[in-house]
Amino acid sequence: MTDLNTLKIAEARDALRKGDVTSLELTESCLGAIEAAGELNAFVHNTPDLAREQAKAADARIKAGDAPDMCGIPLGIKDLFCTKGVPSQAASNILGGFKPEYESTITRQLFDAGSVMLGKLNMDEFAMGSSNETSCYGNVVNPWRRGNDDAQLTPGGSSGGSASAVSADLCLAATGTDTGGSIRQPAAFTGITGIKPTYGRCSRWGVVAFASSLDQAGPMTKDVRDAAIMLEAMCGHDPMDSTSADLTVPNFEAALTGDIKGKTIGIPKEYHMDGMPDEIEKLWADGRAMLQDAGAKIVDISLPHTKYALPAYYVIAPAEASSNLARYDGVRYGHRATLEAGDGITEMYEKTRAEGFGDEVKRRVMVGTYVLSAGFYDAYYNRARKVRTLIKKDFEDVFAAGVDAILTPATPSAAFGLGEMKDADPVQMYLNDVFTVTVNLAGLPGIAVPAGLDKQGLPLGLQLIGRPWEEGDLLNTAYALEQSLGFVAKPSKWW
Amino acid sequence: MSIDIETAAKVAKLARIKVEDDALPALAQEFNDILGFIEQLNEVDVEGVEPMVSVTPMRLKRRQDGVTDGDIQEQVLKNAPDAREGFFAVPKVVE
Repeated sequence: MTDLNTLKIAEARDALRKGDVTSLELTESCLGAIEAAGELNAFVHNTPDLAREQAKAADARIKAGDAPDMCGIPLGIKDLFCTKGVPSQAASNILGGFKPEYESTITRQLFDAGSVMLGKLNMDEFAMGSSNETSCYGNVVNPWRRGNDDAQLTPGGSSGGSASAVSADLCLAATGTDTGGSIRQPAAFTGITGIKPTYGRCSRWGVVAFASSLDQAGPMTKDVRDAAIMLEAMCGHDPMDSTSADLTVPNFEAALTGDIKGKTIGIPKEYHMDGMPDEIEKLWADGRAMLQDAGAKIVDISLPHTKYALPAYYVIAPAEASSNLARYDGVRYGHRATLEAGDGITEMYEKTRAEGFGDEVKRRVMVGTYVLSAGFYDAYYNRARKVRTLIKKDFEDVFAAGVDAILTPATPSAAFGLGEMKDADPVQMYLNDVFTVTVNLAGLPGIAVPAGLDKQGLPLGLQLIGRPWEEGDLLNTAYALEQSLGFVAKPSKWW
Repeated sequence: MSIDIETAAKVAKLARIKVEDDALPALAQEFNDILGFIEQLNEVDVEGVEPMVSVTPMRLKRRQDGVTDGDIQEQVLKNAPDAREGFFAVPKVVE
């Protein structure tokens, strides 16, 4: 048998049920892979004892014949999820030492289904970043390299630890979260699959909040089938999250027939960007041709407000962040600055937040404070919310015209080098999310699938955007595309 | 709209983040870069458009207004940087 850590969820599930392998063996294999991959800096809090305990319990359940699909599957969990008794810091010093007394709804659902947690995964601080360079734990390194060049590349962000860990086979799959592209962009940069479901599909309870009207969790996996299996286990109504949708969760795996005959796929003209590499244009054209060959009808569409999505996002997300992050005051949890004689409560807040937050987080909190402040609220925040209405309407119009899914590139470039964007202004980094952020603003499901390699040998991804609540249909279209693309490349092990 | 050093200091104060004086000019410049990018929104005709309140049209569910948990003082205080006698402790607030 191959190294167990390289298995996919579906393969491991079937092997577990047949009795060919135990969850403990799978878990030990992953723990060994994690141990040997320190250079990637993907796992930041390892939980081997808990993992072994959960694996043994899963094996007992499988033996008893009571095993959901995710039972016994070893996972990595993004540090943004609160996990009971295990450090949950959102990669921020301000949550240094924080060990939640409760479990997030999503991790509870996964553990109830018998999944195993190997540890917590690195990420951008408070999920604010596109390169995993804002983490208090240091940069995550992409397992992929440009040919024989040993320059370290970014795995993308903010779910960079999740992407790196899945791509390097340190776990079978991982949880991610996506506020502006934080599942799909790192998935594309590391040659894996990542889906952000419709806003409201996954409970946000116990997930450290960044921008509440945009945040959604989702799985990061080795293929589309695994994404379907794991997403189903993460979804469901939760009374603890008032925006959680009270809808039945379909069997997503059963939707994977690969038959997309008669489906209509839209190609939005606004996603042709100046300066985008020819390889991405070509890959996108290839994807279009493949879906057509599979029997779909391809139509050119227009989403006229696309250009305004990023500027609207950089008003709305910082505004919500400035409000959400007000809770880090050095009183109830996490870091408190050492005070000098005579310092009062205001000095405590100001020093604690100056020490605890990194530069990007401070920048966004202050931008958010500015756009919400008296005199600017209408000019910035309300205007951005109106533009958001128009962006959502762009999508509603094409869906009303019969489009079932939209095909776009996932990112405007392949993975770039760590440190390469150091001297660029913050806006340059924000452009990474240009193709993904519209989906968050409109609350839609979006999936990134690995599509091919560029000249330098780095993975590139395509994105499919679906109708609200129709993740099953979206996953099936992604499955058909995956079959045609036949992407099987893996990074060569150097770590 | 351009942000000067004084405005940057005011925003930092409102956000309760201490920023040293010598860091303010660079901060003001970053704000200007970001706000310059955001200014593009002024090109959009938003006449008569409602600002989005909820991305999915849903009614928030109602629930019983009842106590669902409690008696967990120890857990509530467990992660506090300074907790004493069952309270969160902070520097003196009133003279």
